[in-house]
Amino acid sequence: MDFLRPASWEEALAAKAEHPTAVPIAGGTDVMVEINFDHRRPEYLLDLTRIGELGEWEAGGESVRLGASVPYTRIMENLRRELPGLALASHTVASPQIRNRGGVGGNLGTASPAGDAHPALLAAGAEVEAESVRGSRLIPIDDFYTGVKRNALAPDELIRAVRIKKADGPQQFSKVGTRNAMVIAVCAFGLALHPETRTVRTGIGSAAPTPVRARAAEEFLNAALDEGGFWDNGKIITPSVAKQFATLCSAACNPIDDVRGTASYRRHAVGVMARRTLTWTWESYRGTAARTEGVA
Amino acid sequence: MGTTGTPTNITQGSGTRGGIGESTLRPDGTLKVTGEFAYSSDMWHEDMLWGQILRSTVAHAEIVSIDTAEALATPGVYAVMTYDDLPTEVRHYGLEIQDTPVLAHGKVRHHGEPVAIVAADHPETARRAAAKIKVEYRELPVITDEASATAPGAVLVHEGRTDHHIGHVPHPNIVHRQPIVRGDAGQAALGADFVVRGEYTFGMQDQAFLGPESGLAVPAEDGGVELYIATQWLHSDLRQIAPVLGLPEDKVRMTLSGVGGAFGGREDLSMQIHACLLALRTGKPVKIVYNRFESFFGHVHRHPAKLTYEHGATKDGRLTHVKARIVLDGGAYASASPAVVGNASSLGIGPYVVDDVDIEAIALYTNNPPCGAMRGFGAVQACFAYEAQMDKLADAVGMDRVAFRQLNAMEQGSLLPTGQRVDSPAPVAELLRRVKAMPLPPERQWLSAGEDADVRQLPGGLSNTTHGEGVVRGIGYAVGIKNVGFSEGFDDYSTARVRMEVVGGVPVATVHTAMAEVGQGGVTVHAQIARTELGVAQVTIQPADTRVGSAGSTSASRQTYVTGGAVKNSCELVREKVLEIGRRKLGTYHPAWATAELLLEGGKVVTDGGEVLADLVDVLEDEAVEVEAEWRHRPTEPFDLRTGQGDGHVQYSFAAHRAVVEVDTELGLVKVIELACAQDVGKALNPLSVVGQIQGGTTQGLGVAVMEEIIVDPKTAKVRNPSFTDYLIPTILDTPTIPVDVLELADDHAPYGLRGIGEAPTLSSTPAVLAAIRNATGLQLDRTPVRPEHLTGTA
Amino acid sequence: MRVSFTVNGRRQEADDVWEGESLLYVLRERLGLPGSKNACEQGECGSCTVRLDGVPVCSCLVAAGQAEGREIVTVEGLADFARQRSEHTGCATGACNSVGGDGISLDEAQRWAAKGQDSQTGEGAELSPVQQAFIDAGAVQCGFCTPGLLIAADEMLERNPNPTDADIREALSGNLCRCTGYEKIMDAVRLAAARQSEAV
Repeated sequence: MDFLRPASWEEALAAKAEHPTAVPIAGGTDVMVEINFDHRRPEYLLDLTRIGELGEWEAGGESVRLGASVPYTRIMENLRRELPGLALASHTVASPQIRNRGGVGGNLGTASPAGDAHPALLAAGAEVEAESVRGSRLIPIDDFYTGVKRNALAPDELIRAVRIKKADGPQQFSKVGTRNAMVIAVCAFGLALHPETRTVRTGIGSAAPTPVRARAAEEFLNAALDEGGFWDNGKIITPSVAKQFATLCSAACNPIDDVRGTASYRRHAVGVMARRTLTWTWESYRGTAARTEGVA
Repeated sequence: MGTTGTPTNITQGSGTRGGIGESTLRPDGTLKVTGEFAYSSDMWHEDMLWGQILRSTVAHAEIVSIDTAEALATPGVYAVMTYDDLPTEVRHYGLEIQDTPVLAHGKVRHHGEPVAIVAADHPETARRAAAKIKVEYRELPVITDEASATAPGAVLVHEGRTDHHIGHVPHPNIVHRQPIVRGDAGQAALGADFVVRGEYTFGMQDQAFLGPESGLAVPAEDGGVELYIATQWLHSDLRQIAPVLGLPEDKVRMTLSGVGGAFGGREDLSMQIHACLLALRTGKPVKIVYNRFESFFGHVHRHPAKLTYEHGATKDGRLTHVKARIVLDGGAYASASPAVVGNASSLGIGPYVVDDVDIEAIALYTNNPPCGAMRGFGAVQACFAYEAQMDKLADAVGMDRVAFRQLNAMEQGSLLPTGQRVDSPAPVAELLRRVKAMPLPPERQWLSAGEDADVRQLPGGLSNTTHGEGVVRGIGYAVGIKNVGFSEGFDDYSTARVRMEVVGGVPVATVHTAMAEVGQGGVTVHAQIARTELGVAQVTIQPADTRVGSAGSTSASRQTYVTGGAVKNSCELVREKVLEIGRRKLGTYHPAWATAELLLEGGKVVTDGGEVLADLVDVLEDEAVEVEAEWRHRPTEPFDLRTGQGDGHVQYSFAAHRAVVEVDTELGLVKVIELACAQDVGKALNPLSVVGQIQGGTTQGLGVAVMEEIIVDPKTAKVRNPSFTDYLIPTILDTPTIPVDVLELADDHAPYGLRGIGEAPTLSSTPAVLAAIRNATGLQLDRTPVRPEHLTGTA
Repeated sequence: MRVSFTVNGRRQEADDVWEGESLLYVLRERLGLPGSKNACEQGECGSCTVRLDGVPVCSCLVAAGQAEGREIVTVEGLADFARQRSEHTGCATGACNSVGGDGISLDEAQRWAAKGQDSQTGEGAELSPVQQAFIDAGAVQCGFCTPGLLIAADEMLERNPNPTDADIREALSGNLCRCTGYEKIMDAVRLAAARQSEAV
C-alpha cells in the first residue's frame, strides 16, 4: 500500500490519473473502517486532507458550493439557513466525532444507499462537481447514483465540491434507526418545498439499491397543491392528500430485508416520515406565508 | 441509602475512616482517568510478535485439508500452527466439559471457530499470512434449533460424548436437562379459575464489553510462560491452559491485566492458549488483540431461549400452579450451559410462592455460536417470560399488576420449587411498593425546553422522526430473583493473603488475592474491609495473579461476598496474631490486654470501651504478620436430576423495576424515559459502587429489551451482525435517568450481611421495559428485543 | 513510511509505519501512548477519541499519514492541556466567560464530592477538572471508555460551560459505556460544570 499526499488539487488529480485505483481518503470514516476490518487493501490511499479548499464553501448566488470535505459539523453550524435539509441530515450522521471528520464528498464517493446526505441532496437539488485531469463536469444528483455503492464517477475523477440549491422554502429530513443516536439509517426521507417553482422534491435513503426520489409522489403533490391553490391560500393540506403522498412515497421504495430492518417496515416507515415531514414543512411554509401577509 | 433492617453487629472497624459502608473512591481511579492504567491490550514487550487467528468461514463442516505452506513462507512470519502442531495429547478445554478443541480438529462446529494461528512481526503481516492459509471444507447440514437438533437422524454436534450429563439427557444434542417438579401441577391446574399461557423468545445478547479480548504471553527462561491477561478467573484459566501446553501449573504464571469489562464473556478462554502456544513455539513474546469483529466470535454469548409457560390463579389472585419448558440454545460447545440450565429451571417461576410446579429446562448443542455466561445467567431469560405471564394473569384475574405480584410474593421462610427454604430476607413485596411509590417523571418533557420539540428527548432522538406525533407513554413493572454465588454443590471458595507491617512509620495492610477486578470495584471494597478489620488507614492492594490461591470467578454476583469474605476472614486472623504479639510484648503493662475485648482502631489497639492500649507501630515494630487462608460460603447440594429438589443455592438477590417509556406507535420507536429500581443489597459496602452496579445492570437489561441481538442466519448458522454498526448497545441518549432505592436488609449468613448485587438489576429491567411498551401499545409482544417491526406489524 | 506530528505538545516521529495503520495504532503501539483505547476500530464507540488540531475525532479512523504535521491531544496530555488553557484564560474548562444557563445546582452536583482516603496509586497526579469529577462521581468502572469520554466531555465544556442534560447526552452520544449506565457519567459532567462555574 502506498500513501499519496498531494499538497494541491492539481496534484491530487494527477495522482488519481496516474493511479485510477487509488482510494481517496478524507474524513476516513468509511475507508478506515474497511482497512481496520481487513475488508479492503487498496494499492494506493490518496489523502485529500492537505487540500484546504475542499474544506471550504461559498454561499453566494443561487447555490452553495460546498467543498467535498466540509465536515458535517460545519454544515450543521453554518449552513442551517441555506441548506436546512442537509443541515438536519448532517445532525443525524453517526456521532459528534464522526461529524467532525466526515463530509458530503465521502457520502457521495461511497454511494451507500444508507448515506445520510443523499435524501437531502436529492430533495434540495444538487450537482456534483467532478474533476479529472481531463476536465471538470457537473453531474446532476439525479444521475449520480448508478447502483449499490456505485456512482457516475470515472476512475480518474475526484469529487471537488457539491453545488446545492439554496433553500427557497422549508426543508426537512428524517431518518429511522433502532437507536436514538449513532445509528445507520434503516431508512431515511428528505423533503424540500420549492415555493419559487411551486414544486416539491423528495429523497429516500436506504430503501432501494440507490438513493431515489419519489417522483410519482412529487408529481401527485405538485398537482394537488396546484389544483387546490395551496401555494397561494396557505391552507392546511388535507389528510387525504398527505396520505396519498405517503402511499406514493412508500411505493417508490424497492427495499430489501436485512439485519437492520425488513422491507415491509422500510416501506411503512418511509410513508410515515413522508407524511410527517410534509406536515412540518407545510406548517412552516404556512407560518412564513402568514407572517408575510401580515406584514403586507 | 434506604432503610436499614437488622443491622449486623459490627464493632470492629466502626471507628476507622474509609471502612465499609463509605463511598470511598476507586484506588485505580487516577490511573484510569490519566490513561496510565494498563489494560490487556496495552501490553507491550521488546521484540514482541503479533498473533492472529484464522477462523472458520462456515458453521458446520468437515475439514478436508489445511495448507499452511504459503503462510509460513511469508516474510515476517515466525510460526503457523494447527491442531496437528499442538504439543500434548490434551487438545481440548472447557469450563465444565472439555469439549472445545484448542484449534479445530476434523471439523468445525460453528462460524468463526479457530482453525489456525499465526505469529508475525506486525499485525498486518499476520493477517495477510492467515489469509494465505488454505482450508478446504466439506459442508455439513446445520443444527440450529430444537427441531433440527432432535430430528430423527440428526447429525450429532459432538459424537461419542462421555461427559457426566450424557447419561440423563434425552438426546446427544442436548447438553443437560433439569426438571423441577414440586407438588402436582396438573392437579392444581384443575383448581385454577384463570389460566394463561404464553410462548416467549429471548434473543442472543452479547456482553459487548469494550475492552477486546487480548493479552501478552512471554516465554520464560525456565521453559514456562508468563501470561498477562484480562479474565474473570485466573485459576480457572490456568487449570485449562497448563495441560494443553504440557506444563505444570507453576510454570504458567498469570497476572491479571486491566480488564475492560467482562459481564460473563471472559469466563471462558479466548486467546489465552493461542498466545502461549505461539510464544513457546517462537521463543518470543506474543501479543494478541481481537478487533471488534473478532470479539463477536471470540467469546460466548447469552443463551437465546424459547420459553413456554402456563400459569394459573384463583379468583382471589393466588397462584395455583406453573408449568414451564425452557429451551436454551447452547451453541456448538458446552461452556457454562449446564449451570445456566440449573439457574433457569430452579429460578424459573420467579420470586413467587407456588406449591405446584412442573418445569423442564434444557440446553441444546447446535451449530450456532457457543453460549455461556452472561450477567443474570439463565435467570434473565426466565424472568422475561414469567413477568410477562404475571401481567397477563393479573389482567385475567382483574387485579392491579403490582398488587397481584405482592400478593404472591415470596418472603423469608418461603419455599422455592426446589424445596429449599429461603432463610434470609426476601423483601419482594416491599421492593415493588418502593419502586411504585417513586414519583413519575413529568409528561411531554420534550416540550419543556421551549416551543420547538427537543428531539433528543423523543423516540428516534437525533434522527428527527417525530415532534410528538404518535407518541404514547406506557408504564411497566417487573421483579426478579437471582442466586448469588456458585450453586448446585460447587466448592465455591476464595483465598486472601493479608499482611500487616510498619512501613515508613505507619501500619500498612497489604491485601493480595487473585480476584479479577473487571470494573466492579472489588479492589475498592477490599481496601475498605482491611481498614475496617485492621484499623489502618493505608491499604495496598496487590495485583491479582496466580502466586496466591484461587479467588473463584468474578461472576454470579459473588466476589464481594466470597473474596470479600476471604479478605475479612484473613484480616481477622491477622488481627488475632497482632493481638497475640501485643499481649506477648506489652501484656504486662495493662490488665485489659488479658481481660477486655480488643479492637484495632485508627492504628491503635483499643479496648471495646475505647481505651487506647498501644500504637500498632509499637506492637509490630519490625515484625510482619501475614496470613493466607481460604474461605467458603455455606455448602450447597446438587439438584436431583429427576425432581430438581435440593438446597442448591446459597443466597438470593432481588430487584424490582418500574419502566416509563414513550413509544412512537406509528414508527415503532421507543424512548425509555425512566427506569426506576429498588433493590435489597443486604449491606452496601460501598454505596456509590452499589448504585453504579445497579444502574449498569439496568442498562444492559434495557439494551436487550429494545435493540441488542446477535442475528444468526437460520439457514447457514452464520452471524450476520458482528460489529458495533449492527449490534447496537445503548448510547447515553438511549439511557434514561435511573433512580435507585437501596434497601439494606442484612443476610445474617453473609459477611457484614451483604448480598451479591451485580446481576439482579439485569433481570427485571428487560421485562419492565417490555411491560411498559405493551402498556403503551396494547400489543402482546412475546419476544425480546422488540424491534420497530414488531410494533408496526411489519415483521 | 515516516510520520511525524505533535502529541501533547511534544514532537513525535514514527518510522516504518505501514500505510494502513491508524493514528490510534501509532499512538498505542509506536509512541507508548496506549491511553486512547481500541474498543471497536470502526468509529462506533468513541473510546479512541483524541483532539486533532483541537477537534475531537476517532483516532481509529484517522490514517496515520493524515496526522502528519498535526497537533494531537490524548488523555495522557489532558491534564496539561487543561492547565495551560486555564493559565491562558483563567479557566480550566476554557469557557468561563459565559454566565447563566440552566446547569445543575452546585449542591446537587456535589452530592458526589465525597473524597476518598486512599487513592494509593497515582496519588498526587495533577488532574483536569473533568478527570477529577469522573473519579469523584463514580463515573469510572472498568474505565475502558473513560479516556474517550474525558476528551469529549472536556471539549464540550470548553464550548458550553452550562450544558443542559440533553446537551451533555448529545455531546457524549458518540461514546459508548457498557458498565455504568451513564448516570454517574452525567453526574461527573454536571459536577465538572458546577465546579467550573463556582470557580469563576
